[in-house]
Amino acid sequence: MNGHSTYQPQSAFMKWLERRLPIAGLMYSSFVAYPTPRNLNYWWTFGGILSVMLGIQIVTGVVLAMHYTPHVDFAFNSVQSIMRDVNYGWLLRFVHANGASMFFLAAYIHLFRGMYYGSYKEPREVLWILGVILLLLMIATGFMGYVLPWGQMSFWAATVITNLFSAIPLVGETIVTWLWGGFAVGNPTLQRFYSLHYLLPFVIAGVVVLHIWALHVAGQNNPAGIEPKSEKDTVPFTPYATIKDAFFLVCFFILYAWFVFYIPDYLGHADNYIPANPAVTPTHIVPEWYYLPFYAILRAIPNKLLGVMALGASIVILAFMPWLDTSPVRSARYRPIYRQCFWLFVASCIGLGYLGSQEPVGGYVIAARILTLYYFAFFVVILPLLGIFEKTKPLPNSIAESVLKEGVPIGASAPPPASASR
Amino acid sequence: MTSSSSAHPTRRDFLYIATGAAGAAGAALALVPLVAQMNPDASTVAAGAPVEVDLSPIAEGQIIKVFWRSKPIFIFHRTAKEIEEAKNVDWQSLPDPEPDAERVKKDHEQWLVLIGICTHLGCIPLAHEGNYHGWLCPCHGSQYDTSGRIRQGPAPKNLYLPPYQFVSDTKIRIG
Repeated sequence: MNGHSTYQPQSAFMKWLERRLPIAGLMYSSFVAYPTPRNLNYWWTFGGILSVMLGIQIVTGVVLAMHYTPHVDFAFNSVQSIMRDVNYGWLLRFVHANGASMFFLAAYIHLFRGMYYGSYKEPREVLWILGVILLLLMIATGFMGYVLPWGQMSFWAATVITNLFSAIPLVGETIVTWLWGGFAVGNPTLQRFYSLHYLLPFVIAGVVVLHIWALHVAGQNNPAGIEPKSEKDTVPFTPYATIKDAFFLVCFFILYAWFVFYIPDYLGHADNYIPANPAVTPTHIVPEWYYLPFYAILRAIPNKLLGVMALGASIVILAFMPWLDTSPVRSARYRPIYRQCFWLFVASCIGLGYLGSQEPVGGYVIAARILTLYYFAFFVVILPLLGIFEKTKPLPNSIAESVLKEGVPIGASAPPPASASR
Repeated sequence: MTSSSSAHPTRRDFLYIATGAAGAAGAALALVPLVAQMNPDASTVAAGAPVEVDLSPIAEGQIIKVFWRSKPIFIFHRTAKEIEEAKNVDWQSLPDPEPDAERVKKDHEQWLVLIGICTHLGCIPLAHEGNYHGWLCPCHGSQYDTSGRIRQGPAPKNLYLPPYQFVSDTKIRIG
């Protein structure tokens, strides 16, 4: 987005406003006239979906906060009161809890899209790093939110995750005590987690603004991985991308509504309906599904400090992808070897997720170690080497050429109507 | 976005309007739980159930306070003199005209049951105070008589009556 907007205000009021705060022009050039690659597929709808999910989580969260009490003696019962007494409280709670799962599902798909099509490559490195920061903020927010109902899983998740910091040499124990505000997880911990859980989503919203700004500077990537060369390669964001986003959002909502209305507790853990008991740890302690792959990596390493470092590294290493991947070709469409390695990577993430939900014994441990090895090898071995040794397919001359043939979309059965010229 | 040059609405127009209408309906419906959750929840409504008050311990001339739906309720066991004072007034010339008979239950005119909130700005008036032997509100000086009617001061209305019934001669149910 360079230079002034092409927005032409019609009414006298809009002309007046536009001269003083050109927000309408900004919205117009960013989301109406914005030139969007014409070949975007449905994997590109997840950015919009994520924005909507953030909005939903904030709205339902603010409303739930009107009824929740952040004190160890009252928290569990206040959540039950929301479920039983508050008008539509059950709905708001299930929308918020399942909303977190859907938020992470969309985030992982969005991330994998970026990995597949090379959206992290030059000039989109900062965009990508902002995305990794957003993932870290989401992980922190989700973790703290899960502690709030003060069930058995809430309490013991808080204990285990805060104890991770005790692995840090010299200062670890001090940091943990500082996080707890006491000698163990307790009321000070719950109250500060509530405050931060309310705060971080607004920090996320701010970083999202930066993320979209960085996106608009570079322009969107596209499935062919080649930059738009002329106006023929792009279409205006509205109505094309807007409608495509809206359509897939509705499909996504069908899945979301399926969980909320038919199986609202499926993704949760039954033990979180037991009030927190500091004296008894549940036998099968597991985080929510979206943390399971990282949990598996943590447990795969037999050393406490190295396990924690591996956990952190598994997320932070994403930020280095623009420099680890040496290939000049962006999109996996034209990188046959990378494509296979990518799908193996996705499979290993899913595998790690499954292993994270199982007891760390016997064959499960060996499998987790193998998959962890592949996970890191993908970044530090495969990505750098493929750039040097992979024989890539020839790139198309332009985006328009890759989707049109003599002005007709490839695969179309009928010739276009006479008026179709874009 | 090309629009049809003919006079007929196109399929695209239909789809746009239908989608917009469905979206608007969905947004309106989504708003319902968000707004409704601020209404009193089931436990608050349950706590607002009727209360029964035993009148037998209340001596003549005594005023007690109970709570119903978080509001203070004055229960006044009036003496004969206080009932006389309430009746012997030209009630039509009062700031909020109302005869005493309409503020008590038939055959139980010694019992005055009122919501103890000043009708000016919501303070709780003080009992057995003021020139009319009823209540005096300390906040802005409104004065009520032995029937709870406003006689002097900024309050616009007489003290309100809660809904109540005599369950027996010595027990009432408020609400």
